[in-house]
Amino acid sequence: MSGVSATGTLGTASSQSPAKKPKKRQAPDSVLGTLMKIVLLGIVDAIAVYVLIQLASKHEWLIFGISLAVTLLINWIYLRRGGLPAKYLAPGVFFLLIFQVFVMLYSTYIAFTNYGDGHNSSKEDAITAIQLAAQERVPNSPQYAATVLEKSGTLYLLVTEPDGKAKLGTTGEVLQEVTPSTKSSTGQATGVDGYRTLEFTDLLQNQQAVTAVKAPISDNPADGSLATSDGSTAYVFAPKLKYDAAADTFTDTTTGAVYSDNGKGAFASADGQQLSTGWKIDVGFANFQRAFTDPNLSGPLWQVTLWTFAFAFLSVLTTFALGLFLAIAFNRADLRGKRIYRVLMILPYAFPAFLSGLVWSGLLNPEFGFINNALLGGADIPWLTDPWLAKFSVLLVNLWLGYPYMFLVCTGALQSLPEEVDEAARMDGASAWRIFRSIKLPLLLVSVAPLLISSFAFNFNNFNVIYMLTGGGPRFDGTTYDIGATDILITMVYKVAFGGTGRDYGLASALAIIIFIIVAVISTISFNKTKALEEIN
Amino acid sequence: MSSEVLPQRRTNSRGEVKMPFGRWFREKGWRHLVAVAAIVFSIFPLLYVLSAALDPSGTMVGSNALFSNLSFGNFTELFENQERPFGKWFVNTLVIGLITSALTVFLGALAAYAFSRMRFKGRRIGLLSLLLLQMFPQILTVVAIFLLLNFLGDIIPAIGLGSGLGLIMVYLGGALGVNTYLMYGFFNTVPQSLDESARIDGASHVQVFFRIILPLVTPILAVVGLLSFIGISSEFVIASVVLTDPDSQTLAVGLYSYVSEQRSENWGVFAAGAVLAALPVMALFLFLQRYITSGLTAGGVKG
Repeated sequence: MSGVSATGTLGTASSQSPAKKPKKRQAPDSVLGTLMKIVLLGIVDAIAVYVLIQLASKHEWLIFGISLAVTLLINWIYLRRGGLPAKYLAPGVFFLLIFQVFVMLYSTYIAFTNYGDGHNSSKEDAITAIQLAAQERVPNSPQYAATVLEKSGTLYLLVTEPDGKAKLGTTGEVLQEVTPSTKSSTGQATGVDGYRTLEFTDLLQNQQAVTAVKAPISDNPADGSLATSDGSTAYVFAPKLKYDAAADTFTDTTTGAVYSDNGKGAFASADGQQLSTGWKIDVGFANFQRAFTDPNLSGPLWQVTLWTFAFAFLSVLTTFALGLFLAIAFNRADLRGKRIYRVLMILPYAFPAFLSGLVWSGLLNPEFGFINNALLGGADIPWLTDPWLAKFSVLLVNLWLGYPYMFLVCTGALQSLPEEVDEAARMDGASAWRIFRSIKLPLLLVSVAPLLISSFAFNFNNFNVIYMLTGGGPRFDGTTYDIGATDILITMVYKVAFGGTGRDYGLASALAIIIFIIVAVISTISFNKTKALEEIN
Repeated sequence: MSSEVLPQRRTNSRGEVKMPFGRWFREKGWRHLVAVAAIVFSIFPLLYVLSAALDPSGTMVGSNALFSNLSFGNFTELFENQERPFGKWFVNTLVIGLITSALTVFLGALAAYAFSRMRFKGRRIGLLSLLLLQMFPQILTVVAIFLLLNFLGDIIPAIGLGSGLGLIMVYLGGALGVNTYLMYGFFNTVPQSLDESARIDGASHVQVFFRIILPLVTPILAVVGLLSFIGISSEFVIASVVLTDPDSQTLAVGLYSYVSEQRSENWGVFAAGAVLAALPVMALFLFLQRYITSGLTAGGVKG
């Protein structure tokens, strides 16, 4: 560990010295260098052109403009003379800007929309989807002779119209006229080249898939589609909900109920009934408001926030205390077996973190787990299902995971403390405890404080240990969301966004923004406290 | 182990023979007791996984009798399960981890070189922004990442949802940040006179970077590479959102799916997978332990 202090002093010494050097003439690039440059830039430009063409064909003009600007900028950076720092920084900054800065801004945007399940597209798409979803067989509609075909896993409907024309289509693919390869004696088309005709037994086995095939009659969803229930006759199915473009309303053809745009990204009837498919709109601060006022959310949110702080703080405290204690216990040059102790002790740190939570969830399993069944002789302690015990278990597992790191760090820090102070204090008659409390600990804290803060920040968003061990549970009572006693903010965000029960990207992003703000406040305070930035000059 | 813990007769460093037991215990003996307790706490979960992996019953209850029955049945089952292709997960994790960590090291080193060796406008603010940005972990933006990749997939299918390439690019968003900062500190320890003399001898900046600086900073490159490899192979959130198809998943996502339902039934196979997933990482870690330790403490002590 002697290298530590050497590194530190050298680092500050040389970072202070340079700066004032005269402008140096750069040596010209070698031939190989120039060639490499041409090849690499060529590859980048080729990819850029491909992307630009794709964007143009999809009419994404805003993104097209941005991509073009970025491409030109990259070329300018590498083709011009000088501007050396930009050449070295550009690749990393490129990814940083897209996948860190941009996604942060994009999250902010999503937080102000109702993006999520049922609200993930434009209003036009929603209208089409509603018409497609609510289809019913049209009474007295004509019958078509039908055959079910299959091609690379997709089922197709081959229908013969009364006038003998054969048409082929499937869900999402409008019926197109085809020339059948085989016909039955009645003139019904039964096969098309390249497609496999389903036999009777196939039909029986795939009944559900067969009845689910709905081939649109035309591009206009209001015209309805053809579907078959038995694999041999098809009927016209038309939307149960009729869209009136002029009034911008849907009318239920069976009940007569009228659904109109409710201004919240969905069609709703006068008595508040809402159609399940909506579209994405800007909702302002509604998501934030929900987070703080919706009784389903606000109560749990406060509890989760409180626990997030408690979890992060207690994790740092316990791991640091145990790590420091062990570092002191082992900080003796003449301790036998020190090296083997050390290696065995840091094994949890080397074990992949996502596995630790899962392994401990097995150890602590109340019914079948090792701790209850083998260690405690068949006890019935609800380690993971009682709210307080689950919190305790999470902290215990995180202690197991984190103390080796603190041990390593404290060992390093202890060894860089000056010996003389220790000796002088001992001469003055100070006890070992007094020396530790009044001299060693303050000195140690100076050097490890930044690490404790970054460890706090890490645990604040320590997803793996929570999600793998308890999954956030046990669940709170009185909320429809899947939030529980050990959930921290980040697991809550993940479950709201990608959980089993309905995805709500808007709300999840709003929660993420709240975490952003908390993290920003903490960082500002801790930066001011530790002056960690002083080193940058 | 008990003979190791309580050696009755020993010479201490000052050459005093046969210290009385009480005094020996107060000065050193307790340290051995503490060590043994800490080691038991550290390794019993690991021994438990190993035993569960080798237990032929394959259930959680069966695994409670440590090492009573041994077989490799769980391991063969692990590789025979078609719906959960462990072999593919392993390869995916290796490929994604290796490519990402190699590129992370390279991009980070490029930036660290610029920050350490060049003086330019915006240098200070650049370093500061890197420090600040890394305070906001990428997983917070997982929704936006998901939607962004969803959009990109429409334009370039190769980097959309479900592709390892897309995931690598997302991870590279974090290539600068704490890594650059660690490397920057280390680059500063390489005397500037070295590259200046190379310059005088006619080396270009590229040659200085590749031939002079990089060989001298190999230790920190190894540490950053290893730490990012370990971090990425454990990353669950983004990987679980991006990689939806079992064939493209990584170990973290795949092994979680083994026990996300029916935890007690698949336990043996899961444990076998855990052992195989952990062994290479742990071996690498122990092998490079000294470097990691010094890298951590160097970064830590300097802030």
